[in-house]
Amino acid sequence: MNLFEALRMAANGLLANRLRSSLTMLGILIGVTAVILLVAVGNGASVQINAQIQSLGANVIYVYPSNAKGTTGVSQGFGTGQSLTQADVDAINTQSAPDVVAAIPIAQSGGQITYGSQNYFAPTTGTTTAFPQVRDYQLAEGSFFTDDDVNSRHRVVVLGQTVVDNLFGSTDPIGQTIKISRQSFRVIGVFASKGGTGFGSQDNVVVAPITTVWAYLTGARGKVISQIVASATSAATVTQAETEITTILLDRHGISDPNQADFQLQSQQDILTQATSIATALTLVLGAIAGISLVVGGIGIMNIMLVTVTERTREIGIRKAIGARRRDILVQFLIEAMVLSGLGGALGIAVGTLLAHEAPSVPAIASSSFPTPVVSPSSVLLAFFVSVAIGLFFGIYPANRAARLHPIEALRYE
Amino acid sequence: MITLERITKTYRMGKLEVPALQGIDLHVGEGEFVAIMGASGSGKSTLMNIIGCLDVPTSGRYLLDGTDVAKLSDDQLARIRNRKIGFVFQSFNLIPRTSALHNVEMPLIYAGEGSRTTRATVALGAVGLADRMHHQPTELSGGQQQRAAIARALVTHPAILLADEPTGNLDSSSSVEIMRLLATLNTEQARTIVLITHEQDIARFARRVVELRDGRIVRDEKAV
Repeated sequence: MNLFEALRMAANGLLANRLRSSLTMLGILIGVTAVILLVAVGNGASVQINAQIQSLGANVIYVYPSNAKGTTGVSQGFGTGQSLTQADVDAINTQSAPDVVAAIPIAQSGGQITYGSQNYFAPTTGTTTAFPQVRDYQLAEGSFFTDDDVNSRHRVVVLGQTVVDNLFGSTDPIGQTIKISRQSFRVIGVFASKGGTGFGSQDNVVVAPITTVWAYLTGARGKVISQIVASATSAATVTQAETEITTILLDRHGISDPNQADFQLQSQQDILTQATSIATALTLVLGAIAGISLVVGGIGIMNIMLVTVTERTREIGIRKAIGARRRDILVQFLIEAMVLSGLGGALGIAVGTLLAHEAPSVPAIASSSFPTPVVSPSSVLLAFFVSVAIGLFFGIYPANRAARLHPIEALRYE
Repeated sequence: MITLERITKTYRMGKLEVPALQGIDLHVGEGEFVAIMGASGSGKSTLMNIIGCLDVPTSGRYLLDGTDVAKLSDDQLARIRNRKIGFVFQSFNLIPRTSALHNVEMPLIYAGEGSRTTRATVALGAVGLADRMHHQPTELSGGQQQRAAIARALVTHPAILLADEPTGNLDSSSSVEIMRLLATLNTEQARTIVLITHEQDIARFARRVVELRDGRIVRDEKAV
């Protein structure tokens, strides 16, 4: 018996009971639609996270001090060491590192910020003049501080858009004086909004010369550099730039074994990798939840196939009497189950893809930060083969039952 | 063509053993037209099932066209039914919602043979149903359905045609029509036919009558 004949028999059997066949197919259709849609949402979230991280600058490299060890050798936590110095920054900037554009030191300080009766909290970042270039900030108003400001510890700050909104409202901030931890600072510039969301807004920043931060804000902690930020020439050269920075710092710190380094590097690419693995896990969980409905659809197919086999016992008897072997009957009913599930799967893929495509045009979804679903070809292929496999799996038992019927008893069945 | 030697069949109903056939010796030669008669419970249905390879005997030897079929597997029996036996049933047993033509093609599909449509068309023509071959069973009269069933039985050129009460569900004029068709097939095409019936009128079309009672052959004579 060839495949064409088997398909023709299956089509005949399914068309004999149109309503029942369509309802059974609906079970698989809904399951596949759910899988396609939820996996698309997971993919969409992944794409969205990637885009956000890319907006932070794909070519940025962070250098942190290693975990400081206490006297007993117990690690005191990430970034607690104080192994980085201004001389390290200068070395990266002056020594041969063709893939590094520039490196800047960062000294972080928290502190209450007040302007008139308004007060607000934002981290204050002490750094040098290359900050806008390395971190890719544009100025909306005023100007960034100069080398002279850094050398002379001038009390000047440049604010991010969020800070301006919270402190000044409609007042022009340029030339105004604000207080950070009760010290006065003059506002000389405002950054253009970077528009990123999540991961701590890129617009919630206060930037001042690093010498000023050391002198007025970090107090007793002294001239601490909490991290060095460097930018590579492009996203593609990040790995080479990391190697160059590592070589320079190991050499400067007199460490020969890279595993013993008293600093560590992290690039946006590393963060991207982590975020992607989280998004992949999310997609898998969503897919698995949707997969449950596919199993339910499969049980529906098994149920209907058992009913069909009972109803068509006499037909099975006739077929056996005129020469059908067990395998012929088995194949006939298996194909019937697989056509049901495969057709349901194909329709489910169509409906799921359509819904994923139309979702962004629903106003409620468009106005929220809900990710735009992205249907991947691999999930479509997978969904189709899984639905056919479900037909095979849940069709085996009923088909086998049909194949094992005794011809005489089947012929006598009323 | 058919040789049965000391065939017995015993059914087990719980602890009770019910003998249906108690030693049947029968030979049917090529081109014969045999009617097997008997009251209900005489064992004629059991005998038909064994001759039709739908069932295997408890003991004894059954040679069909030279093959001992008493101890074949299910799939081997299916192959014998497909190639060597053509069934005609009392209740026609055509597959529903399937055209007469496709019904007749069915044994050829299971045999995996080619030029099915041509051969099925020829077989339907031979039973006088050429103009109705695209009709479904429900659109055919009883007599027409039985003709289609006969065409299906003959399409694989089997060694024997096995007809189990072929006129049981037909009115008298259709019955005569069908019996004439069978008789013609026997005389003109030398088909070997085994007919199971309990009606004297029907058995008269055969050229040899075998009568069963309580699982034994009690009469075996050539018709005049």
